[in-house]
Amino acid sequence: MSRAASSSRSAPRRASPLPWLEPGVVVGGLLPAAILALDAVTGALGANPVQRATLQTGLLALALLLLSLACTPLRLLTGWTWPARIRKALGLLAFGYAALHFLIYLLDHGFSPGLLVEDVLERPFVTAGFAALVLLLPLALTSTRDSVRRMGFPAWQRLHRLVYLAAGLGALHYWWGVKKDHTAPLLAALILAGLLGLRLLRRGRRRP
Amino acid sequence: LVQAPRPTGPYDTTEAVTPWAQATSYNNYYEFGLGKDDPARLAGGLKTRPWTVLIDGEVRKPVRVDIDTLQSWFPLEDRVYRMRCVEGWSMVMPWLGFPLAALLRRVEPTGGAKYVKFTALHDPDQFPGQHTSLLDWPYVEGLRLDEALHPLTLMAVGLDGRVLPNQNGAPLRLVVPWKYGFKSIKAVVRITLTREQPQTTWALAAPDEYGFYANVNPAVPHPRWSQATERRIGELRRRPTLPFNGYAEQVAHLYAGMDLHRFF
Repeated sequence: MSRAASSSRSAPRRASPLPWLEPGVVVGGLLPAAILALDAVTGALGANPVQRATLQTGLLALALLLLSLACTPLRLLTGWTWPARIRKALGLLAFGYAALHFLIYLLDHGFSPGLLVEDVLERPFVTAGFAALVLLLPLALTSTRDSVRRMGFPAWQRLHRLVYLAAGLGALHYWWGVKKDHTAPLLAALILAGLLGLRLLRRGRRRP
Repeated sequence: LVQAPRPTGPYDTTEAVTPWAQATSYNNYYEFGLGKDDPARLAGGLKTRPWTVLIDGEVRKPVRVDIDTLQSWFPLEDRVYRMRCVEGWSMVMPWLGFPLAALLRRVEPTGGAKYVKFTALHDPDQFPGQHTSLLDWPYVEGLRLDEALHPLTLMAVGLDGRVLPNQNGAPLRLVVPWKYGFKSIKAVVRITLTREQPQTTWALAAPDEYGFYANVNPAVPHPRWSQATERRIGELRRRPTLPFNGYAEQVAHLYAGMDLHRFF
């Protein structure tokens, strides 16, 4: 490698590498919502479109939440720094889909507060899903850099550990929502357990 | 093609019939898979001829009969029934069939007959879902004898004047319109009159969620959702679910004095 090449490589270091990464994640993450909306308008969601939309937004929420939780272990295992840059976008997308999932549920039941209260109080399946969404709300609200500064990093980090609880409740909600075949919810739970396990392992090593 | 007029008998609903395309593409039929579109995709290969049905147990005249002979015994009737799935959706189905009572009278139940047990085909070569142990195969359902003899209870062989599509339970299925859809077993090969209440598939698989009676009841919620409302396929807004799926006048007396929260 020539000297010129190496110096030209160090020069643009200040500009972020993979400049398309964050916009790519945001656009890619919003794409399923756009497809869903298009399918809804063109009648391509099948005989029971509300149920299909509920299911898809729920799945997307959980998948994106798991992806956001994979960022730190991936960074620690590989030394790559880029996963840290997309963690926030993935987390916010997950919250967005969870909120959409909840909105469709509300719409489906005619925005009846009575039924929502009954469902949340009496049906563990709904309780778990609702609790997961409620836990994600403060995390979404404090996702700005400004919030980290205002709260101080340790307090911010403590708050954001709630994401594990939210993901656990989301996986449980998925498990309880499935009628018979638990393969997919089990897979989600195993991935979550694996991601959590990696961090606990790392923590244990750091503090002998 | 001229649409034949819909029947307007005492048991027919005049509500809008669910379009054929949706009634035959959104089905629960775990023998073909868990997805709603699996049956429509995979049922084409099911061989519905020749097909033999065995009627036995507590009857004086047990019989093993070919499906075509069986359906030639009775005049076929059009019946437009509501169909309410336990999952909270519903359709209006223009069945074609004969009352189960006519068949049961023909085989002459003995005094010991108290229940009717229905068994579906067990053939993993034709039912890919039977390679899994999701349910205890074959699918089994059951009725109390008085429920089975009720004039609403139908054995369907057709839909909307046509031969029953495979995904809808061809060549022979039960239709009990005041009960959740899973009671209405498809691809029936055996009807057995019994002294004891039969062990039925979903009641065995999840006894806290699916009872033997499974009467449509807005007052008894499923553990995961309220049964107070339902979505009629093709409609966006939910509608209230009616006791006994709107057939209370005809069937409520069958359950007089029973605690329907206990016998759900």
